This record gives sequence, structure tokens and C-alpha cells, in this order.
Amino acid sequence: MFGGILALIALAAFFGLILGLAAIVFKVESSPIVEQIDALLPQTQCGQCSFAGCRPYAEAIAAGDAPINLCPPGGENTVQALADLLDVEVLPLEEEENADLGPMVAIIIEDTCIGCTLCIQACPVDAILGAAKQMHTVIESECTGCELCVAPCPVDCIEMVPVKQTLKSWRWPVPQYTVNNEAAASIFATVDQALAENTRP
Amino acid sequence: MSQSLSQTVSNTIKDSLHQLRSFHGGIKLKGKKSLSVQHPITSSEIPKEIVLPLSQHIGVPAEPVVKVGDKVLKGQLLGHAEGPVSAPVHASSSGTVTAIEERLVPHPSGLSALCVIIETDGYDQWQACTPLIGDHDHSHQSIETLGIEQITQQIANAGIVGLGGALYPSAAKLQTAEKMKTGTLIINAAECEPYITCDDALMRSRPEEIILGILLIKKVVGAKKCLIGIEDNKPEAYETLQKTIRGYERTLSSHSEAIIEVIQVPTIYPAGGEKQLIQMLTGKEVPTQGLPMDIGMICHNITTAAAVYQAVYRGEPLVSRIVTVTGGAVKEPQNMEVALGTTIRDVLNQAGLYEDKIDKIIMGGPMMGFALPAIDTPVTKATNCLLVSEPGELATPPPAMPCIRCGRCADSCPMSLLPQQMYWYAKARDLEKAQDYNIFDCIECGCCSYVCPSNIPLVQYFRYAKTEIWDDERERNKANIARERHEFRQERLEKARLAKAEAARLRKEKLAKKKAEDKKKAEQNAASGETKTPPSQSDLIKEAIARSKAKKAQQQTHRKNTENLTEAQQKQINSVNQRRRERNKLSQTESNDGDEQD
Repeated sequence: MFGGILALIALAAFFGLILGLAAIVFKVESSPIVEQIDALLPQTQCGQCSFAGCRPYAEAIAAGDAPINLCPPGGENTVQALADLLDVEVLPLEEEENADLGPMVAIIIEDTCIGCTLCIQACPVDAILGAAKQMHTVIESECTGCELCVAPCPVDCIEMVPVKQTLKSWRWPVPQYTVNNEAAASIFATVDQALAENTRP
Repeated sequence: MSQSLSQTVSNTIKDSLHQLRSFHGGIKLKGKKSLSVQHPITSSEIPKEIVLPLSQHIGVPAEPVVKVGDKVLKGQLLGHAEGPVSAPVHASSSGTVTAIEERLVPHPSGLSALCVIIETDGYDQWQACTPLIGDHDHSHQSIETLGIEQITQQIANAGIVGLGGALYPSAAKLQTAEKMKTGTLIINAAECEPYITCDDALMRSRPEEIILGILLIKKVVGAKKCLIGIEDNKPEAYETLQKTIRGYERTLSSHSEAIIEVIQVPTIYPAGGEKQLIQMLTGKEVPTQGLPMDIGMICHNITTAAAVYQAVYRGEPLVSRIVTVTGGAVKEPQNMEVALGTTIRDVLNQAGLYEDKIDKIIMGGPMMGFALPAIDTPVTKATNCLLVSEPGELATPPPAMPCIRCGRCADSCPMSLLPQQMYWYAKARDLEKAQDYNIFDCIECGCCSYVCPSNIPLVQYFRYAKTEIWDDERERNKANIARERHEFRQERLEKARLAKAEAARLRKEKLAKKKAEDKKKAEQNAASGETKTPPSQSDLIKEAIARSKAKKAQQQTHRKNTENLTEAQQKQINSVNQRRRERNKLSQTESNDGDEQD
């Protein structure tokens, strides 16, 4: 009996050692939840969620300090994706009044620009080019449309315009799916009638 | 002679014995091809204005190389290819460039794209062309002597793209095929969509050009075997091709093997799909999300072969194409050779329309074409057919009913997909799930929508889902770039902050060091017994004041023009000052604006 217990203890120690070593050697680097949330956010760095950029918001969501519906640029799709990831309920998006204008991009009216560099300092993705007392310009392909450069401009020379649609970026519209309920109803009515006739005594 | 006869017989036997496999699904459609195929190919008139989009292909748009006001000749380069997957654009008639601007292009979106606009001079004068082989030298040797690189370059320079509808730059496709050591060349002559007959007409009227073009392509890709697949509803074209190939083979010295096989395939829509044709001819299936090259094959359209001939034997770039103009509302349905850039309105006017009968104007066939958003758009390399239907000719689907899960769409799908599943997911915008059901294998043939008893616009849903997925992908890429840039900026700002703090620390250290040194010196002085005390604060200030006074005095001596004035001058100055003061007072009271003082 004593021998049996000893053998079992030895086995447990042996496998415990193997498992312990395997856990260290074959450690799977799972991407932390913050990274996963951050990957779903649109990275406009606009701060509309009241956090200082997308990553701080992701951190706040991960810590449970912020709801998932604070990101207007991401729209419903982002809320849906976040809900799927975190397995929480979908919340309606906190709507902004100009939310449905589609993606926007900033342009600088170059005649008016005085070269103050304030917008350059405000841009979270370094998408504005220029130097002191030189005209500035926005690199359109890098602009995220966060509008952070609009407020600091002392001469109001920055405008937000919708992103121009090209043949490449064009999307097919949702098909006009009009279920013909009347037709369906009439079919069901006929079926009902036939059934009623059949069941007549 | 007897040898060639036996060869012919053996080939005929081989043809009849060629085991045809069939592909999954497909539907039988009414051909309606006899409308437009009765007459020989006509030529369109040179229009007054030509509009040539710089993007008539898949890939990066061409970069314009002409300026407004330039005189151009027919065949002259207007835009050169940008990057490896791009194609150049050439002038399709001679004239003057009047604008390079955004114009409406034939696309379901109804959007504009950059075009070169030419006002034609009516002479239609070609530029000097540089063919690789003389136009009448149809010998096999001349093809053999050409280098592969040479032919590919000529094809690239001619702006040839896949004219079956894919519009992929042919030279790029050939280069990949050459590298991948493709064994079989498939030439697509099936032309399975109803109404369209442009390939049929081309095969009947220019078989020689097609065969030579195919031989050139075969040479480039190094294929051992070449199969032409043609639907059995085009017996005349089949015969013509066969005859031409036999005639060509007779000129060869060796008769070891048939150079090109023409094989008739049953008329089932969509037999003209690249993957379906390959499956019918060889029995091999192109893997999901793959290309024919993955199974050692390459597929080209018969019209592309003819364009290759023109580029190599005549040195002519792709500046025109054959367009089928057909439909119930067209007075004279026909195949017309149209200069690219001619507006669709001009082409239709030339064929004549019953204006009171026009229902829809469609570019492409009734299955895969789209209703043109505008008629004043140009004919491009993609325009194979213009279909003007009369009311009742093309059924407008009645309103959709709910899906009853009958599974007919899955039965008809030539790609063996599950349209009903993809439809649910596309409708719910569950794009990931739709991709799991291989939505990107969908060739958008429209069989599923055609057979659906509930009239659900299935293929429209798949197109919608595909573009949505692409859009999401673009957004994701953009977000990743934005994240990178933002992180880089954060890092840069952090670095700058640290550098600043470091500099401040160094300055402080230096100051502290200096102070310590001063203190040490003072102590030393005190220790050595000298009575010289460090100057007190007030002494230092006094010294500074004295210095500044001296400096001022020095400066004042320089103001020679206001010093040592005579009495008269002084008086004059005083009076001027007086007047100025008075005026200032006046203007101040008038406008109450201090800024206006001068």
C-alpha cells in the first residue's frame, strides 16, 4: 500500500514537472485584450469618446471604465464588433448630429493660411505638412477626418469636406429588397381558403 | 499529302473522342444571337469628339503624357502604364487634345473618371507603326525567331487587356504565366451570354489573325498544348477556325502534333466562364480563390488573341474593338468595329433606334451587364455589347418574395457555392460568415437570381457584400496606418520631451557647478587672507546702469541729423509737430479710432 502511494506521488511529481516546463517553454503569447480592442477602433484619434485617442479608449473599455458605444467614427459596425469581442450587449451609438455625412477629410484653404503651425501640432497622425510662416497643406490620404485641427486654426482656413468617391472606392448599394407582402398574403389566403374547403364537413 | 490527310483524319477522330466533362449547375438560355450575326462587321464613323478614360483596365490608371492643345495621331500614346499592373492608353483617331478632365464613364456607379478628350480632324491618320513581323509574312519561322521578351513588350506597349471582360493587362498575365511554366493554353471562344456575337463575328471574318495571335501567345507562355473552347451554337465559326488551322498546319514541315485543337462545348450558360471552360475542356477544377495558373493553365479570350496579332504584325495598339449592337429597339442589329472613345450615343445612332420602343440600355449581356447610368459615355476596351431592349424583352423581376429554401440556386451555381447561405449573411451584413461560404469564388454569373422562384436579387447581394468587404479591408488598412503614424508621433513627442528635460538638467548642473566653483574661489580667496570681497548686488546694478548709459550716449552721438540744428530748422520742426498733433486730435474725435493716427 505504501509503495502504491509513493508511486502515485512520484508520477504526479513527474507529470507536474513536465507540465510546468511545457507551460514555460511553449508559452502562447496571446494578444492582450487592449490590443484586440484597439485593432477594432478606427484609429481616427479624434477624441470624440472623451479619451485622448483610440488606445486610451481601448484601455478604458478593457478596464470596464467606458461603454463600447462612444466611437462615432466607427459607427454601428464598430459597436457590433466590440460587442462580439467582449461578449456584451450591443448598445445604441451615441449619435452626433452630423454623423451620417460619411468619411470626411480636412482641407486647408491655402490662400488664407498664415503658417502658424497650430494645426500641425494638433494633428494626431502628422498628416499636415508645413513650417512656420509657410503655407500648410493636408496629406489627404493620411487624414483621418478627426477635426482636431479645425478648432486651433486662428484664421478658420481649415474645412472638412466629404472624401471624394472614386471608381475604386465605390460600393454597390444594398439591393432593393422589397418583399411583396401583399402577394404573400394573398397566397396564404388562398391556402387558408383551400384548407377551409377541405375540412368542411 | 497522304500524311496530312491522315493527320486531318486523326485530328477529327481526336476531336470527336475528346472527353468533355461538364461543370456543376449552369442554365440553358435562349441565345437570341441570330439578331446581330447576319451581317458582316461594319465600321463606325469617326466621331467629332473622342473621350478616352485613362483607366480602361484593372490596376493603376495610366498617367497622361499629352498636354491640352497637343496634336495627336491615331495610335499615339496618350497615357503610359503606371507600374506593373497597368496598361497604356492610345489615341483612337487623329486630332487635337482639347481637355484632360473628369468625364462620365460607363460604370454602374455613374461616377466620373479622368479622361483625355480629343477633337478629331477627320483624317484618321495613323502614326508610324513598328510591327515585329511583316503583315503578309504568315510563316511559322518568323514567329519562332521572335524573342519572348520582345513579344511581351509589344503586347504591353499596345495596351492590350483581357478583352473577355476581365480587363487584366495581358502582358502582366503572360509574364506570370511564363514564370510559372504553364503547360496548357486555353482560348476562350465560348461567348455564352445571350445576344452577344462579337467574338463569333470576329472568328468568322478574321480567323487567320486569331490563329497567329494564339500562336504568339502560345510561344510566350511556352505552352505545349492549346485548346480553343467554342460553344456548339456557333458551327460556322467552328468550321472556319478548323479550316484555317488545317491550312496553317499544311505549311509546316513537321506534322507531329496538332498545334491548336478546337473543341466544341455544349451551350450551357456560363460555359464562357474561365473556370467552367477549363473544367469542361480538361476536367480539372481551379482551386478555390485560385487562378488557372495554379493548375498549370492560362486562359485568354479570342479577341485578345486578335489584338495580339494586330500589335505584332501591324504594330497597331488597341484603339478599336468590335461591339455587338443589338436588342429589340435597335433598327439594324449588327457587329460594329468602333474606335474606343466614341460615345455610346453615336454608336446607337448609327445602328438606328426605334425611339418609342426603348426600354433599357445595357452594356454587356442581359445576365452580367449593367444598365448604363448615362448614354453619353465612351465605348471602352470593356464594351463588348450594347443591348437596347424593347419593353417586355428583358423581364423586370417582380417584387421579391421570402426565401423558401428550395435550393435551386445551389443546384444552378456553376461554382458549387451555396447562394442561399451567402444571401442570409450578406443581408445581415455578416461579412465574415459570407466569406466563410467563399463569396469571393462567386463569378456573378446571375444563374442563382435567374432560377430563384422568389425572385430574390441574389447576385446583387453578393456584389454588395463583396464591395463592402473590400471597403472594410481598406478601412482597416487605413486604420493601421493611422495607428502607426499616431504611435510614431507619440514616440517622437515623448522623445522631444525627454530631450528637453535632459537639456534643462544639464543646464542646471552646469549652473550648480559654476556656483560651486565661485564659492570655492571665494573660500580660497578668504583663506589666502585677501580682503577683496565679491561685489555686492547694488554695486553690480550700478555698474550695469553705467554701462547702459555709456552705450546710449555712444548711440546718441550717431544721430547727427537731429542734433545741432539751426534755430530756423527747430522752428519748422516744432510747427510740423504742432500741426500733426492738431490733426490727430481731430481725427480722434471724428472716428474715435486711435489706430488711424499717422
